[in-house]
Amino acid sequence: MTRAALLCAAGLAAAIVYPLLVPNYLVNIGMLVFFTAFIGQSWNIAGGFAGQTSFGHVVFFGTGAYTSTILQVTYGWNPWLAWPVATAMGGVVGWMIAVLSFRAGLRGSYFALITLAFAEVFRILANSVPFTKGGLGMLIKADQRPINFQFKDPIWIYYLALLLCLVSVAIAWHLTRSRFGARLVAIRENEDAARALGIDVFAEKVKVLPLSGAMCAAGGTFYAQKYLYIDPSIAFGVDKSVEMLLVSMVGGAGTIFGPLIGSFTLMGINEATRWLASVVPALKNVQPLSLIVYGIMLVLIVARLPNGLMGLFRRGPARA
Amino acid sequence: MLEVRDISKAFGGLKAVDHASLDVRQGEIVGLIGPNGAGKTTLFATIAGFHRPDAGTVAFDGKEITGLAPHRICAAGMVRTFQITQPFAGISVRENIMVGAYFRIADRHLAAREAEAVAATVGMADQLDRRGADLTVAGRKRLELARALATGPRLLLLDEVMAGLNPTEIVEIVGVIKDIRASGVTILLIEHVMQAVTSLAERVYVLNQGRMIAEGTPAAIAEDPQVVEAYLGPGAARILRA
Repeated sequence: MTRAALLCAAGLAAAIVYPLLVPNYLVNIGMLVFFTAFIGQSWNIAGGFAGQTSFGHVVFFGTGAYTSTILQVTYGWNPWLAWPVATAMGGVVGWMIAVLSFRAGLRGSYFALITLAFAEVFRILANSVPFTKGGLGMLIKADQRPINFQFKDPIWIYYLALLLCLVSVAIAWHLTRSRFGARLVAIRENEDAARALGIDVFAEKVKVLPLSGAMCAAGGTFYAQKYLYIDPSIAFGVDKSVEMLLVSMVGGAGTIFGPLIGSFTLMGINEATRWLASVVPALKNVQPLSLIVYGIMLVLIVARLPNGLMGLFRRGPARA
Repeated sequence: MLEVRDISKAFGGLKAVDHASLDVRQGEIVGLIGPNGAGKTTLFATIAGFHRPDAGTVAFDGKEITGLAPHRICAAGMVRTFQITQPFAGISVRENIMVGAYFRIADRHLAAREAEAVAATVGMADQLDRRGADLTVAGRKRLELARALATGPRLLLLDEVMAGLNPTEIVEIVGVIKDIRASGVTILLIEHVMQAVTSLAERVYVLNQGRMIAEGTPAAIAEDPQVVEAYLGPGAARILRA
């Protein structure tokens, strides 16, 4: 326990010092690692801890991104004020999807498919309704001042991503130590047994999805403010859903640090393959080299390490 | 304490339980026996809220609980175990039992302490850190019992906690069940192991093809010609007597 705490403290110190020592390009990569870990953790809370595997988590991400962007661009809100509203909207959408799907008794792959369908419906809606400006997407006017949630120096957006990541880790840590978290794990492991032991399975599931959705929506706003542009396929495309799921699975679903480790690993592969393609001429035309490596890695992890990379570190038989 | 009246439950065309009634009084150990497929587990699941009965009522402590959700019935003080054990496979025995303990204890440390105490009563104190998936059959049966007990029930429904155990393990778990009753918990159990039923239960109900065919002390039940025929076939009672 103390060794783990020391390791965490050292990691945090390194994360804080890191952007001061490296060029902007690497600061940006660090930011992406923590941001992806954050939205991955939002998936992990519902998918990893509670076992409610979603294939359409991007629905929350897009809800957050669009809510804050519309409030800002159309209604002139300050993005910092729009952020909590966007987060709450993610919670509302999570609640809605939870009530609809869990009331109907959808579990496992059926739940996964219905979330995928919700994400697609939202994408198509965003493409066609007027207030999202349809397929044109929405542009946030560049005005790089902290009051506008835009930063000239990438170090600040890096620290903000780090902070989000820390908050999400703290939430996951709390889950491993609370009654609510224990009930989620019980539901994941065996729903019937959970019911027999007095757990109101429906009520717990209807709590966890809004929590997860709100976190993911907060990530959506962050993303919109960083890139200043969203369109339906960025905000509701399946890529982001897969990314969230992948970092959690690779790192270790249902573990506190799984998404962070997964995010590190995938970003590492990304950069390594990009570098490889630039030095090895034969690989230049193998376009998504990183995807091939991801694929191989995922197969290996599913086959050999069902608990993800975290499984390598775990001592003792019990899950954390 | 528990009054089950005229419960019927059909799946498609199959009448699994057909107008079955039973009573359990405070402090008793009551057995529910019957040949395979008699509908015992279905009756249990219906009492505990896992199935909604087609007809009939279940009352607990004088209050009707027919068709309530399992967590509401658990809150009323009645909890079931599963014949086919359902451990939380990926987490430790301690965490398994804590899920039950969390039902009435919100604090993590207190829930853990309670889980350890319950584990000791069912003889699992040395297995607290093993994963649910790594337990033997006997271990899983004990875990079912421990988790249910940790919710603090007043009435425990045990579904074949002895099936698949060897004679030594059966003697041990019979002792555990006696201790549980001595601590003030009333017990209704489904069991095939007759030696255990005889040594535990004051009264026994016999279910056959969904109908309750007999009720009485274990000794009286063993003599009942209807019961003998239900197990051994028509005419068996006459042959045995001859």
